[in-house]
Amino acid sequence: MTDRDSVFQDLARRYERLSGVKIDFELFAPSDSYSQKVRAAAQGRNLPDIFGVLSEKKDFASFIKAGYVLDLTPYMDENNSAWRNEFFTRALAVDEFKEGNSYGVKPGVYGVPIDMVAIMMLYNKTLLKRLGLDPERPPQTFTEFLALGKKIKAANLQGLVSGWVELWLVNCFASNYAFNIMGRDKVLATLRGEVPYTDPDWIKVFALFKRMKEAGIISNRVVSMINKTAEQIFASGKAVFAFNGSWCVNVYKGMNPNLDYGAILPPKASDKFPMAVWGGAGSSFVVNAHSKNKEEAVKFLKWLTEPAQQAYLARATNNLPANKQCRYKMPKILKGFSKAVDYSTHPNTWGISEFPIVNEALGRGIQSIILGEKTPEQAALEVQKIKEREMAKRRKR
Amino acid sequence: MKLKPTLSNYVFILPAVVIFTVFYIIPFLFILRVSFFDWDGIGNLNSAAFVGFDNFKEIFLHDSNWWQSIRNAGWITLIALTFQNVLAFLLAAACDRAVKFRNFYRAVFFIPPVLSEIVVGMVWRFIINDVDGANIVNNFLVNIGLGRFVHNWLSDPHTALNTIAIIHCWKGFGWAFLIFLAGLQTIPREFYEAARLDGANSWQLFKNITMPLLTPVVVLVAILTILGTMQSFVLILGLVGGELAGYTSVPVLRILTVMRDSSHFGYACALGINLGIILMAVSFIQYSFSRKARNYLG
Repeated sequence: MTDRDSVFQDLARRYERLSGVKIDFELFAPSDSYSQKVRAAAQGRNLPDIFGVLSEKKDFASFIKAGYVLDLTPYMDENNSAWRNEFFTRALAVDEFKEGNSYGVKPGVYGVPIDMVAIMMLYNKTLLKRLGLDPERPPQTFTEFLALGKKIKAANLQGLVSGWVELWLVNCFASNYAFNIMGRDKVLATLRGEVPYTDPDWIKVFALFKRMKEAGIISNRVVSMINKTAEQIFASGKAVFAFNGSWCVNVYKGMNPNLDYGAILPPKASDKFPMAVWGGAGSSFVVNAHSKNKEEAVKFLKWLTEPAQQAYLARATNNLPANKQCRYKMPKILKGFSKAVDYSTHPNTWGISEFPIVNEALGRGIQSIILGEKTPEQAALEVQKIKEREMAKRRKR
Repeated sequence: MKLKPTLSNYVFILPAVVIFTVFYIIPFLFILRVSFFDWDGIGNLNSAAFVGFDNFKEIFLHDSNWWQSIRNAGWITLIALTFQNVLAFLLAAACDRAVKFRNFYRAVFFIPPVLSEIVVGMVWRFIINDVDGANIVNNFLVNIGLGRFVHNWLSDPHTALNTIAIIHCWKGFGWAFLIFLAGLQTIPREFYEAARLDGANSWQLFKNITMPLLTPVVVLVAILTILGTMQSFVLILGLVGGELAGYTSVPVLRILTVMRDSSHFGYACALGINLGIILMAVSFIQYSFSRKARNYLG
């Protein structure tokens, strides 16, 4: 988000000239520190007029239930839902709570999407060519992907890099393949506790990491890698593949403007179900329900999400706009991400969340598989044990 | 007659009492209270579910990740208590004597402790890990013909913790060095001269003069090492970015993960209380043991 600082400051100046209302933008990084800052501000009753909730849907729900977030549904629905209709459905979905949602939140729209993201597989075209492959035809299947391991090793390159010290990014990769191998219904049934993580399909998902390690596509290092490091390695042309979000376009541009790369869906491991990548709303803003400037805040957000501002924001920061009316000449690489949004899904739109401790066990289990300390079966069994314990606790309460 | 001076005494200590109460006592009581709730840190604590001792039961009965982090920190502490402090003592003893350039050594030994932990972590990551192709240590090993020892020190779960411990010692030994040096310099030289006249050898000087008189300093250094090492985490964040599937997990990193990633503020507070009790117990044992040792040494 901080890479957009100058653009947001510029937009704030433009809005002040237009309306006379001064907007003070403050951007913070990294995102987890920001999340703690917002919580502390909520407890101290000094939340700003507009803020973002960069957490899971259940935390967003807690903010709403605690009365910190203004229900934007009336604003979205006025004038025949004019504002609502401006947005891509997938962008708005992250900020929306449907009827009968499991979080106990009154149905409605509580946030305004500013941009969209998709998390995809990226490949370095120059390196693919050097490995003797057609740069316009990257690996389509997991078998083709693994077959590249030997060539990558021989060329003294790194295969796939990603910030897998961050568990959410590991889980994101696993979730993509879970959708591909067992389909959405079975994934959601797992979250509900109806399908165990020891199911053969889940074991297949866990085993993908072991296979990538054995093929030389990934190494232990990926588990101690923060995403910034992974971005540096990929941008400097030392790794053939990266697993990263569409925000990387701006990051890579800053690191190496000449980097020639493409974005693809992760190579499919099964033909049974379509691959689904995580995507949807990137950053969203919410309005402080206790703010004295509620109406002004909503007016500003309406202005900020108009096609002209969205086009400026998208062009200047290389992000995907959330407004579907926005027309601008999108860079080729972003078009790849844009297409992936059609295949995207996001845990915040599933209507049910996994226990955080189970998500942690899942990520740690996969990290242990990569480190060669656990088999896929052992990792799956541990995750399932924790899941059962959490289910039992929930039933007790 | 007597009341006035007593009151004025209380007035003098009032600012300290207020500061201590506001910044220590009240936050501690709040943390203690939160540890009995299932609270996500967002809504009102009063509307969160009261779970009694469930968070503590969970820690003792099920949370293997927590106990693994305690074991890891315990291991780093053990290395710091021995390797780091023995090295610090030897260097302090050397600098206490009339060696050449001793002021220079003092300054050099004190550089690592004043550096930011995150900076130290990043620099050592650059030196030791080949994650971004830097790999200085491994290149050095190859160049001196020790290529068989080339290793991914920080991303191998079998070497990561020891590597972290050694870097932690490098970073921390300067403090111990300074305290030991200050302690050594308070021992009157006449004691050594008189003992030498009586025919005492170096070992007898160390055993009968240095150790008994330095015991309070050793205790202080040991307690500071335990408290500092058991609570360290920034260096690990800088070196490996996180918990490396639990192999580099330490208590404060666990608390942070539980609070940040899982939003279990109540549970995180219970972990904090648990860590506090462990540290108090260890410090108390250490103190009691050292008192007995001091009495024994004379």
